[in-house]
Amino acid sequence: MSFWEFFITRLDRVWALTLEHAWLILVAVAIAIAVGVLVGVLITYSRPAAHGALYFCQVMMTVPSLAMLGLLLPLFGIGFTTGVIALTLYSLLPIVRNTYLGIREINPAVIEAARGMGMRELSILRRIKLPMAFSVIMAGIRTATVMVVGIGAIAYCIGAGGLGEFIFRGISQYNKDLIVIGAVCISLLAILADFLLKRTEKRLSFRS
Amino acid sequence: MIKLEQVSRVFPGSEVPAVVDLTMTIGDGEVCVLVGPSGCGKTTTMKMINRLIDPTSGKIYVNDQDTSKIDPIALRLGIGYVIQEIGLFPHMTIAENVATVPREKGWPRDRINQRVDELMHLVGLNPGTYRNRLPADLSGGQRQRVGVARAMAADPPILLMDEPFGAVDPITRARLQNEFLRLQEQMKKTIVFVTHDIDEAIKMGDRIAVMRDGRLVQYEEPDKLLSMPADDFVATLVGRNRSIKRLHLIKVNDVVQNETPFVTPEASVDEIRSAMEERKTNTVLVVNAVNKLQGVISRAELKGVEGARAAQIAQPVQNTVEWGATLNDALAVMLNYGERYVAVVNSREELKGVITLNYLLDLVRDDAAA
Repeated sequence: MSFWEFFITRLDRVWALTLEHAWLILVAVAIAIAVGVLVGVLITYSRPAAHGALYFCQVMMTVPSLAMLGLLLPLFGIGFTTGVIALTLYSLLPIVRNTYLGIREINPAVIEAARGMGMRELSILRRIKLPMAFSVIMAGIRTATVMVVGIGAIAYCIGAGGLGEFIFRGISQYNKDLIVIGAVCISLLAILADFLLKRTEKRLSFRS
Repeated sequence: MIKLEQVSRVFPGSEVPAVVDLTMTIGDGEVCVLVGPSGCGKTTTMKMINRLIDPTSGKIYVNDQDTSKIDPIALRLGIGYVIQEIGLFPHMTIAENVATVPREKGWPRDRINQRVDELMHLVGLNPGTYRNRLPADLSGGQRQRVGVARAMAADPPILLMDEPFGAVDPITRARLQNEFLRLQEQMKKTIVFVTHDIDEAIKMGDRIAVMRDGRLVQYEEPDKLLSMPADDFVATLVGRNRSIKRLHLIKVNDVVQNETPFVTPEASVDEIRSAMEERKTNTVLVVNAVNKLQGVISRAELKGVEGARAAQIAQPVQNTVEWGATLNDALAVMLNYGERYVAVVNSREELKGVITLNYLLDLVRDDAAA
């Protein structure tokens, strides 16, 4: 049986697992954006908090993914939730860091002009800081997304599903074709996600 | 009216206070220029007025209200704030930039749009062309204009200006200064203007506050500052040759010479020659029936063009200054174009006369002798 025949017979499964994988990533990244941007904004007001938060995120990233799941399992059990939590923790660092740096790198003269004209802190945030840091924040979101699409393969090990199934079953069955299908689908998903985010960024920044 | 009473400011972690025991009053409708070397406390002083920085001790009153008892947001919304062009919001269009304060105050959209157009006209930017551009699309001079328009959006009685014309070339700066002085004549705002450039201070200020090491050294009208500097520091700052500095104080309007030799565009070569003979000059200006400046002809250009009319020989005149410019601006234009005179025109480009280099030299010589 050639690779292509092998692939065609599993097309339904490929499709189902890809959707499952994408959904896992979508939920994890959405939570990471909400938490990460909020934390990134808040820590611009306090240097010690910024150091603490960035350090925490950095440490999270260095935990090997298998160990991370091992640590989360006793707390949250097997399944989708644990997978989402693990992937959220991984994607926090680029989002928090880029939000923080994007805002910190705005020319202080611009922010002082805004303050000097009587803008409230919330309008400065909404109308000056976030729009000006937007492309840097988006870069962080893209990095995080592409990264966790790859890491997401491991979610299979704790029963969160996704394209990891092909890879891990391929390994245990010495089936090279299965591994290739899993790897290629994950790569394509990462490229697609990056492309979609890039388009979203363009569209949103054109509007402002 | 703005009143500072024994105001001091010490920055945390710094041994030397930035501003020490400063007491001064700025009258309504006055332009008060804070001038001094960098680090003298002039910007700190200005920022204490709108509470971007709070004083360590002392009181500041704006219209007899103690600013420490007013909500800083309310205080700032009533005070226009202009900084160098870098303070524009780069991601917003010109119209959005100008609309910042009205939007913050919650004006209805119609009123904001109307006000934005009005302000852009006021500072000489055509709304149709520039409304939807970004600051990056504009020249330095245009950006400074936007900065001024933005500060005046809600028509605040007070303006704080921190080196507002700092980042442009000298010719553009002079033009912006003159435009602003013309606006100020109508607006009569109370203005605190910070600069490190003594020439700008002399030109813009009704009163000049010279600062050094956080202290007020002298607070005087420009003329008195030049004639009676309080100490060596001020004397050095205003320069040894004060008669030259006084060129900043004299407007071309007051001294323009009206007996300019000029001819009509239809004048023949003979007529041009006789106009030159009559005034004993080597150049004549070409002026049309409605007094618009059309060009200039020098004696050298009269060779071999017999039968031509003035309009055909005339070269364009670039060395012009606007009505309201100072003699210093006129001198700068002469140097810039390498000419011994400038033509003075009003805003409709009508010729009002000329000012010659010899006239300026005589003026400076007389002053020195006096």
